[in-house]
Amino acid sequence: MTVATIFGVPMNALFGQLMLGLINGAFYAMLSLGLALIFGMLNIINFAHGALYMMGAFVAYLLLEHAGIGYWPALILAPVVVGLFGMLIERLALKPLYKLDHLYGLLFTFGLALIIEGLFREFYGSSGQVYAPPPELTGGYNLGFMYLPIYRGWVVVASVIICLGTWLLIEKTKLGSYLRAATENPALVQAFGINVPAMITLTYGLGVALAAFAGVLAAPIYSVNPLMGSNLIIVVFAVVVIGGMGSILGSVVTGFMLGLLEGLTKVFYPEASSTVIFVVMAIVLLIKPAGLFGRAS
Amino acid sequence: MKAVKLMAAMCALAAGMGAAQAQVSDDVVKIGILNDLSGPYADLAGMGSVIAARMAVEDYGGKVLGKTVEIVFADHQNKPDIASNIVNQWIDTEKVDVVSDVPTSSVALAVQEITKNKNRIHLNSTAASSDLTGSKCSPTGIHYTYDTYALANGTGTTLVKEGGDSWYFITADYAFGHALEKDTTAAVKAANGKIAGTVRHPFPGTTDFSSFLLQAQGSQAKVVAFANAGADTINSIKQAGEFGLVSGGQRLAGLLVFLSDVHSLGLKVAQGLVVTTGFYWDQNDETRAWSKKFGEKNNNRMPTMVQAGVYSSTMHYLKAVDAAKTDEAKAVVAKMKEMPINDFFAKNGKIREDGRMVHDMMLVQVKKPEESKGPYDYYKILRVIPGDEAFRPMKAEFGCPLVK
Amino acid sequence: MTNRASANGTTALYALLLVAALAAPFFLYPNFLMRAYCFALFACAFNLLLGYVGLLSFGHAAFFGFAAYVTGHSAKIWGLGPELSVILGALAGAVLGLVIGGIAIRRQGIYFAMITLALAQMLYFFCLQAPFTHGEDGIQAIPRGYLLGMFDLNNGLTMYYFVLGVFVLGFLLIQRTIHSPFGQILKAIRENEPRAISLGYNADRYKLLAFVISTTLSGVAGGLFALTFQIAALNNVHWHFSGEVVLMTLLGGMGTVLGPVVGAFLVAAIQQYLAAFGAWVSIFQGIIFVACVLLFRRGIVGEIIALLRPRGKAEAETVSVTPQVHEPARQGV
Repeated sequence: MTVATIFGVPMNALFGQLMLGLINGAFYAMLSLGLALIFGMLNIINFAHGALYMMGAFVAYLLLEHAGIGYWPALILAPVVVGLFGMLIERLALKPLYKLDHLYGLLFTFGLALIIEGLFREFYGSSGQVYAPPPELTGGYNLGFMYLPIYRGWVVVASVIICLGTWLLIEKTKLGSYLRAATENPALVQAFGINVPAMITLTYGLGVALAAFAGVLAAPIYSVNPLMGSNLIIVVFAVVVIGGMGSILGSVVTGFMLGLLEGLTKVFYPEASSTVIFVVMAIVLLIKPAGLFGRAS
Repeated sequence: MKAVKLMAAMCALAAGMGAAQAQVSDDVVKIGILNDLSGPYADLAGMGSVIAARMAVEDYGGKVLGKTVEIVFADHQNKPDIASNIVNQWIDTEKVDVVSDVPTSSVALAVQEITKNKNRIHLNSTAASSDLTGSKCSPTGIHYTYDTYALANGTGTTLVKEGGDSWYFITADYAFGHALEKDTTAAVKAANGKIAGTVRHPFPGTTDFSSFLLQAQGSQAKVVAFANAGADTINSIKQAGEFGLVSGGQRLAGLLVFLSDVHSLGLKVAQGLVVTTGFYWDQNDETRAWSKKFGEKNNNRMPTMVQAGVYSSTMHYLKAVDAAKTDEAKAVVAKMKEMPINDFFAKNGKIREDGRMVHDMMLVQVKKPEESKGPYDYYKILRVIPGDEAFRPMKAEFGCPLVK
Repeated sequence: MTNRASANGTTALYALLLVAALAAPFFLYPNFLMRAYCFALFACAFNLLLGYVGLLSFGHAAFFGFAAYVTGHSAKIWGLGPELSVILGALAGAVLGLVIGGIAIRRQGIYFAMITLALAQMLYFFCLQAPFTHGEDGIQAIPRGYLLGMFDLNNGLTMYYFVLGVFVLGFLLIQRTIHSPFGQILKAIRENEPRAISLGYNADRYKLLAFVISTTLSGVAGGLFALTFQIAALNNVHWHFSGEVVLMTLLGGMGTVLGPVVGAFLVAAIQQYLAAFGAWVSIFQGIIFVACVLLFRRGIVGEIIALLRPRGKAEAETVSVTPQVHEPARQGV
């Protein structure tokens, strides 16, 4: 049986890696969306984002283990639970830090990430729990030029829907306009009678919920383990920097693009696959310091 | 238990940073179990090894040469620098005489170096690299249960003979993975097989093997071999199923598979895997009797070969200390090499000059689900490999200066 | 007059500490002390950047860890003596600092932190792959060698005094830098950059120079570490370690002289005593981070200084603890 090749690389290898790249890109997009939302609106670098993503996956796992609640309800429950947790953190700890240097917010969320990940690591070990994909999404299709597991296809679809949905919410709805106004000119908006602190808390909760949703999506394929967020978070930071910190559309597009780029690199030059995103970041910073979609100050 | 230890450590911290330097005292014989308690190797050794060591001390009577035997343990998190720190502290300030178990070859090599320089015994049951009795051998280092050469020889040669003559490796990127890949490559080539390709995955921390599996699939090799262990092997084999490697006609070779791994995988996924192992709980009445006692203390989980190895090696060590009338490392090791090992774990086992414990290995195959009569009834024994055939012959060319 | 008194007080304190350090190996575990000195030098170098220039570098482990590899490699493979190996490590820190600093210095505040973090991560992956670092195994069995061909560093006590000596030298160097005209210019840039530029100072170049000094000394610390523990591993280029040096400085007191040293000793103690408990080290460190940020922003030494000095003096004399970091306007969606 001959194998079709492109540039000397077998076709199913190429498309397979691109598919995997697209899936990775979906996670980069969702996570950087949440980060960009939080940074763009609140000027906080949420270092705990990876840990909250991991909590989303764990909540889904625990729901199944202890309450028999399956994947589909978990897709909604986990983001709500973790989102509420995030809002609690914001209320109690982040609010007092706003009047200080923004670096303190960064340091706080860094410490928070250490605590969350350490606790999960202590109680669950770091080799990972198994979480099976729902029966409706198991199996795969042999498309001829590659083999596509159904679940992985679903991940791409779900993330596109969520990213679009969030963008619409922020840009096109009344609530979204309140959120944007509240963070751009809090004093004025407060004077109009809108509860600005609540808007800010809500925004943080939304960003966190996005991370948790990504966590639930990840649980069946990446296995639920306490270090899953910390492996991703730095790459996501790089994505946000490339996209233009605070640009929501920029982060989503960059996320998907970089996932694809990573997939391609794995085919042609695998050793560089983990560094390619950072190289791109260095180049973008030298040429367009505000990021691809950011506006220069 | 762990909380109590944690409290004690916190008190030491509060009391002001540091124990006084101490000479090695001869009032106690201390065995330190150093392994992975929370990562990919926590199930195959982990707390089970600590239980096995405690059983050995208890069965021996709790005392040797009139002194109490104590066991301490720590989590090295698979990192050589963390392990170095713990072992140095154990030897310098806590009077530990033996460092035992030690999975993860990169850690084992670091521990070997330290124990060689400080004249303590490294009683390794769980790491794999055959370099421990080769270029990195030590006069106080003992490699007990198995090594990469034995695995490669058993599994590699057998699979090539069964028709798997082209191989693709997915290798954990550290000392163990490299050693296993190297030894298996040699065995495959010696049996006239070819190597179609190899890819390295980061260790620890890889949970998604899809991109590596895709490359293995693309290579069209007849055998896709996993030169990794523990949770990594479990994830690799599971995901191979997701991507249809086996239905596509390729055969999977788990080069190092433990009983705990098969338990996690389940017989449906693992059936047919050919594995080389140093111990199986269901081999005969003696092994069954001991394993039952072990299982009662270990949440009804049957022992893996390395946990049984920890029991056997600890027992042998205690006997040697009594025979040597001292706990000085070199004297004890001399006795350990002199005395044969005859217990449920090994018959006529012997520790060679280079530190290699030679005993019979077994080639087993994972049963089909319908063939198994209960939990942990997983293997059918294909053949017993005599020790001298299974392990690498002791020759100076393999780099150990202890071999003349 | 009071300045003289406080200066004498400070000198007396330093003398006391030096005596304590000389006697320490007979009372405390030398391995622990040497680890603390390496961390302390690293933290002081880091504090030069954070407390005095106002730049938060979140990837500083890259310089420490990479220098550890270079020193380990030159000692083990090239067979160079310990002094030469450490110097090579320092050079590695300098060159790497020039490259990373060159790219990152154009940005400020949070952006600077993010960029240094990401570039350091790139270096981490490089170290993971490069053959000379041996990936997960690290460079093991690094020989300590003979200092200047004469002193056998395998002797625990000799090694201790060597490490102490290098630490003291590094510490003094940092002090000279802070109190020199160069240090004054850095202070001016930190307080009001546009004004400093208008006075004719090329702010970027000064900042880059400070950055390189910091990374060079971090390289010395890393090289020393590799020789002391005879192993150079990935842990020391991982971003968790970058976070640890931030913790040391924050805990001890940013912008104070002895703060980073105190912080380093405490963090080393946590690592040493909780090492066998794996995850608890992280949890503990996280709690300290959170506590410091929410409640003890001045750090231990900062709080002590605030207690000892009358209120007016405290504001005037101590270095401003919250670095004035400038940020470009927030970008739109």
